[in-house]
Amino acid sequence: MEAYLLAVLITALAYVLLTLGLNFQYGFTGLINFGYVGFFALGAYASAICTVRMGWPAWSGFALGMVVPFLLAWPLGRVALKLRDDYLAIVTLGFSEIVRLAIINEKALTNGGQGIAGVPKLFGGDGAGLLGDLWLAAALLAACVLVAGVIRAIVKSPYGRLIQAIRDDETALLALGKNPARFKTQVLMLGGGIAGLAGSFYAHYVGYVTPDQFLPIVTFQVWMAMIMGGVGRLRGAVAGAFLLLLVLEGSRAARDLFPGIPEVAMSSVRLAVIGAALILFIRFRPQGLWGAPRD
Amino acid sequence: MTEPSTSHELEARGIVLSYGDNVVLDKLSLSLDTTRLTGLIGPNGAGKSTLFSVLSGFMKSQAGDVVYLGQTLGRMPPEQRARLGLMRTFQVPREFRHLTVLENMLAAPWDQPGESLTALLLRRSAVRRSEQAHIEQANEWLRFLRLDHVASTPAGQLSGGQKKLLELGRILMLKPRCVLLDEPYAGVNPVLIEQISERIRELHARGIGFVIVEHNLHALSRLVDRMLVLDGGRLLAEGTPGEVLADPRVQAAYMGA
Repeated sequence: MEAYLLAVLITALAYVLLTLGLNFQYGFTGLINFGYVGFFALGAYASAICTVRMGWPAWSGFALGMVVPFLLAWPLGRVALKLRDDYLAIVTLGFSEIVRLAIINEKALTNGGQGIAGVPKLFGGDGAGLLGDLWLAAALLAACVLVAGVIRAIVKSPYGRLIQAIRDDETALLALGKNPARFKTQVLMLGGGIAGLAGSFYAHYVGYVTPDQFLPIVTFQVWMAMIMGGVGRLRGAVAGAFLLLLVLEGSRAARDLFPGIPEVAMSSVRLAVIGAALILFIRFRPQGLWGAPRD
Repeated sequence: MTEPSTSHELEARGIVLSYGDNVVLDKLSLSLDTTRLTGLIGPNGAGKSTLFSVLSGFMKSQAGDVVYLGQTLGRMPPEQRARLGLMRTFQVPREFRHLTVLENMLAAPWDQPGESLTALLLRRSAVRRSEQAHIEQANEWLRFLRLDHVASTPAGQLSGGQKKLLELGRILMLKPRCVLLDEPYAGVNPVLIEQISERIRELHARGIGFVIVEHNLHALSRLVDRMLVLDGGRLLAEGTPGEVLADPRVQAAYMGA
């Protein structure tokens, strides 16, 4: 039972980190990133490749896990941000699928569809069990606090004022003689780095990476966590991520209550429950759990 | 035919803009003195707002060119035109709705150190100094525009007239030369209309030129000293407000004849 709760906690914290990064992009800057999982995948694979295939220490995976998505966001931003807002959604969605297909095909580096197993535990070696996971949860929590602190400091600064102005009305900013492109690219890069960090933690916790861990559904679950918690609210990221896990895991537990339903049907029911929750939130509490009612 | 432009003119030269068969601006040529108060009027669909968009670079014309202070603007993007001191407001105000009124003002100044991530880390005192200077400047303009009492209100909660004033205020942070005002009186109560006119007069006395698109001809004619009339994407008439409003062609255009 402790192992299960710890697993839920670690997964939830990874979602908190992802939700913080997405909130920085969408909640504060208005960038619609539908390919967030691509940056997450890059971080996870960077860690897996560094530690398993190269035999390098874990910190190198964390470093590359943040730097690679950070840098890849740059050309993506340069191309996509010239287009109209909604096209960024399509381009990023395409980006995350390209990342996944590249992972499947670059077998020499990624071992293709079979993935990479044996990513070492971060703390205490493979024998450490629960205690090692507990340390990992603590490190992940510290990363969440740090990232939330940095985002908060940025949002409160003149830089933060400007990205929120981009979110509210980009045309008005152009009319004032300011070009938002540089800021949008930077936010895309920083948010990408945050997703990569979450990916590194994830790889070290789960112990293996395969391409089908990084399907677009992950992106949309992060979006759900953000919307349920409150768009543009940092504390909302915590509330939303834990609520998401409650729904995901709660619907798993519901299978025990209805033993007649097969597993395949049950996973569809889970999706339906999440969809219904999302609709109810948008209808009755669009500002999310933590958002103050707006206007 | 094209005469050399004097240094303070904003010119449209043979502007053509159409959507399919619908010609909005029809080889439109006109010249505006950017140091004056000029009204730009015409019936709905005459092309006034479209002309503003072409002048400010938000729309690309299919032919023709815009010349500002002797410089041909070509395909120069809007943010660069604004940096030449040529700025505009919008028919429907574009406030940053989740930012406070003061924050709206502070978002305007160019090249703030606090808008660079490295400066935020490494040059904190420079960030603080520039922020302080901008806050003082913003508060001064907010007092001038009678918006100081709503400085900490989210801009989305302002009345229509207040939003128009705020849009003007943001521009004033940037020391404009010439402001294109798109319907400053629309949806504004009569008391505030007089107040807006008063502020514009005062800004003009301080050296800022205005070109104003407006449907409230009564209020406009008391403000501007020159009027241009557009109809069907062409220049129909120009002169003093008295001359223009007495012109039978102008009256016919407004009657839809």
